[in-house]
Amino acid sequence: MISFSARLARRDFDLDVAFEGDAGVTALFGPSGCGKTTVIRILAGLERPESGRIVLGDTVLLDTERGIRLPPHRRRIGLVFQDGQLFPHLSVAANLAYGLHFTPKAARRVDRDAVVDVLGIGHLLDRHPSNLSGGEKQRVAIGRALLTSPALLLMDEPLAALDDDRKLEILPFVERLRDEFGIPIVYVSHAVEEVARLARKVVRLDRGRVAAVGTPAEVLAPTAIARATHRFDALSLISGRVEAVDETYSVSIIAHPAGRIVLPGFLPAVGSSVQVAIRSTDVTLAMGHTEHLSVRTLLTGRVLRVETDDGPFALITVELTGGDRLYAYATRLAVDSLGLDTDDRVTALVKAVSIDERGVPGLRVVTN
Amino acid sequence: MFSDEEWTAIFLSLRVGTIATLVALPVAVAVALLLARGRFPGKAVVDGFVHLPLVLPPVVTGYVLLILFGRRGVLGAALADWFGIVFSFRWTGAALAAGVMGFPLMVRAIRLSLEAIDPRVEQAAATLGAGPLWVFVTVTLPLAARGIAAGAVLAFAKSLGEFGATITFVSNIPGQTQTIPAAIYSYTQTPGGEVGALKLSIVAAAIALGALIVSEISVRRVGRNGEAP
Repeated sequence: MISFSARLARRDFDLDVAFEGDAGVTALFGPSGCGKTTVIRILAGLERPESGRIVLGDTVLLDTERGIRLPPHRRRIGLVFQDGQLFPHLSVAANLAYGLHFTPKAARRVDRDAVVDVLGIGHLLDRHPSNLSGGEKQRVAIGRALLTSPALLLMDEPLAALDDDRKLEILPFVERLRDEFGIPIVYVSHAVEEVARLARKVVRLDRGRVAAVGTPAEVLAPTAIARATHRFDALSLISGRVEAVDETYSVSIIAHPAGRIVLPGFLPAVGSSVQVAIRSTDVTLAMGHTEHLSVRTLLTGRVLRVETDDGPFALITVELTGGDRLYAYATRLAVDSLGLDTDDRVTALVKAVSIDERGVPGLRVVTN
Repeated sequence: MFSDEEWTAIFLSLRVGTIATLVALPVAVAVALLLARGRFPGKAVVDGFVHLPLVLPPVVTGYVLLILFGRRGVLGAALADWFGIVFSFRWTGAALAAGVMGFPLMVRAIRLSLEAIDPRVEQAAATLGAGPLWVFVTVTLPLAARGIAAGAVLAFAKSLGEFGATITFVSNIPGQTQTIPAAIYSYTQTPGGEVGALKLSIVAAAIALGALIVSEISVRRVGRNGEAP
């Protein structure tokens, strides 16, 4: 659906990135300064690369060899900035209507009332941006971009400027956009949970280059031991089925062949498939007895691989009973003390809080 | 309360100030835009040239105007021949002098407000489908409104007080080029003119204060419409 390639050189930074995006959410993921925002700005036409080619559907937006470069206002690409960038001199209603003047009648596919409803901004229409909270501003900014019926929606860390509660306020809206308006989205983020939750495809960028492309489960899996910062970004994605909701204790139970996953809070739709993201730093491995523990999520499996280097950490890949890979970080000391080796039977202890939808790692409900 | 001659001076001052401000404003916006956004060689030279009237002795500015726009000046002769616009010893000349003297103040205020605009707000407008001209009219101008208003008031107040350049360029002719400051000067040169000078001084202060209040109110109104920088 979208094909992107561009090279750009600046005094202190150079970028050489190529990727393809499909329907749904394509996430650009990576640390600060890796070039995510630059890619977005090139896509929107706000930055001129030295060479490149961008094709969206059957429209060529940029082709430096053929001398094609559509200006931003002709690209029909919506852009949501990190901090909204609403027009401060216009009301919310006027902000929403702004792009409509420039959208030909035939191209208007997105219904205003549906957008206002999905984003929950009906009560804000008469207000001015200075009277809105961060989350409200961001919802209005998303609505404003959406109402031009863009062929592609770019979201540049739309949640980064918000605190955790506000993030949870917006995330479901982004999911509904993805599912209800059928507009492809390129989503920039350095937060692994958002990416795991929203994206169908992840492009991992590192210092202006594509480091990996694939599904969230592939790209977000741990790859290196030595880089301490990387450990906190590593995730395993486990699929299961919602088995029951326990009203007494306010927990949901997800069934997996390797064991039951206990999740605080109520999950919608008992019987539906869900994906649970587990941070690799939140997994404890046990050999032998696992009794009298407060941890409720115990998953059995077999050690597939133990990777170590000279550093303090080891990365253990566990093949869970019934499939799915679970990655765990432990110290090299622990691995040697336990005598942990390939093919050992282990039990993985996952703290319930780490798979809480409101907690750190994200959770994604796959509707079928 | 006022003599006919005094009324003439007051109305002339108002007319000169208003016309000078209105004519200079679009030019000042264009120059401010060029200085705030443009990247071109010799920008510092343009910047310095714009600020010249602020740093030169007003008499020098008036003399330069006389050379350029006088009846036999390079530009003055051409304008008179082709368009019938004559500056020398006319109220139009007083307006030109006032406009030139107030111009740098106007450009400064407008430029500051333009530089305070986050370019990403304008980029947001572009991604929503607005072409460059529309972005300028619907986003840039409203967001710079405060600076433009402030610049206009400053220039208007400055034009009311303009004396040196005016008297050098178009002299001090009652009914033609005698603005309030020139009239006050004449009074101070006349025995028994103290009362007249005092009256006109009060008028000058009142007009300047009035302009300030009007601009404050209009800016507040814009502010209430949501703009809150």
